[in-house]
Amino acid sequence: MARKKSQLSDKIDINMTPMIDVVFQLMSFFMCSLKIVAPEGDFDIRMPLGKSASAVVDDQQVPPIRVKLSAQPDGSLAGIAMNGNPVADFNDLQRKVVSLVGKGRGPDSLADKTEVEMDCDYGLKYANVVRAITAVSGTVQDGQIVELIKKIKFTPPKAGK
Amino acid sequence: MAKKTSDPSSTDIDMTPMIDMTFQLITFFMFVMNFSEAEQDDRIQLPMSRLAKPVDGPVEKPITLQLTSKGSVIYAGELIGLRDVSGYLEREKSVMIDAGKEPNTATVIVRADGAAKTGEVQDIIKICQEKGFEKFALRAKYDEGR
Repeated sequence: MARKKSQLSDKIDINMTPMIDVVFQLMSFFMCSLKIVAPEGDFDIRMPLGKSASAVVDDQQVPPIRVKLSAQPDGSLAGIAMNGNPVADFNDLQRKVVSLVGKGRGPDSLADKTEVEMDCDYGLKYANVVRAITAVSGTVQDGQIVELIKKIKFTPPKAGK
Repeated sequence: MAKKTSDPSSTDIDMTPMIDMTFQLITFFMFVMNFSEAEQDDRIQLPMSRLAKPVDGPVEKPITLQLTSKGSVIYAGELIGLRDVSGYLEREKSVMIDAGKEPNTATVIVRADGAAKTGEVQDIIKICQEKGFEKFALRAKYDEGR
């Protein structure tokens, strides 16, 4: 009886060491391979060859908005112009685009049909183009994106200086 | 003496909470780790945009071309010249045609540095157009500020 009791109370000792070793190895592997990915998004542009050259006004009969971004020799932004008129900054550009296409949104609205054609100097820093695309393609209101113009294209690049 | 020998067995540490926690941590890191080949490169400083919200699903059959501020292109992790892009794209195109797909269904993701020249971005787009690609995605970093 005494023997039985002592057997029961004897704990079966599992050797934890290898398991803990492996577990820690795994943990350090996952910790080290963790890559913090910054959130990124895309601006979709559809530009088949041939149509980009001389703005083909198709069946929609909505003339494209031409945004001209000119550059200083060092690549910084020299000036913005919309349809030939100078624009102060990107906020102003957005205001002018809104006043042009109106407030209506939806599949058949003016904003949906209108196309923006970007005409940029060769040496212009690309960040400015993204700012311009941001300005014309929408606004953020209360954390929600309100889309403006989705169709964006570029004029063909001029010969590099 | 007998008491002394029984002492080390009584100082057994209870491993259970530690192992629990460690497993929790492992599961956390496993889920957080992304296996998707997010082609991010330290050599590229993407421009910021408030509208560049992360896309929900992965882009279909993307080809990623990254343009550095110096005007060279990173394609599949390799630094190549702007002129060599055409050859690589030709290969991509033939692979697509072999798989029975048209090049115009593929999306070319352009990850250009904010300080890169716009003309060079347009050159890349033009090279892609000549190879028959027509869907482009200009990538920007999501700017939560303001």
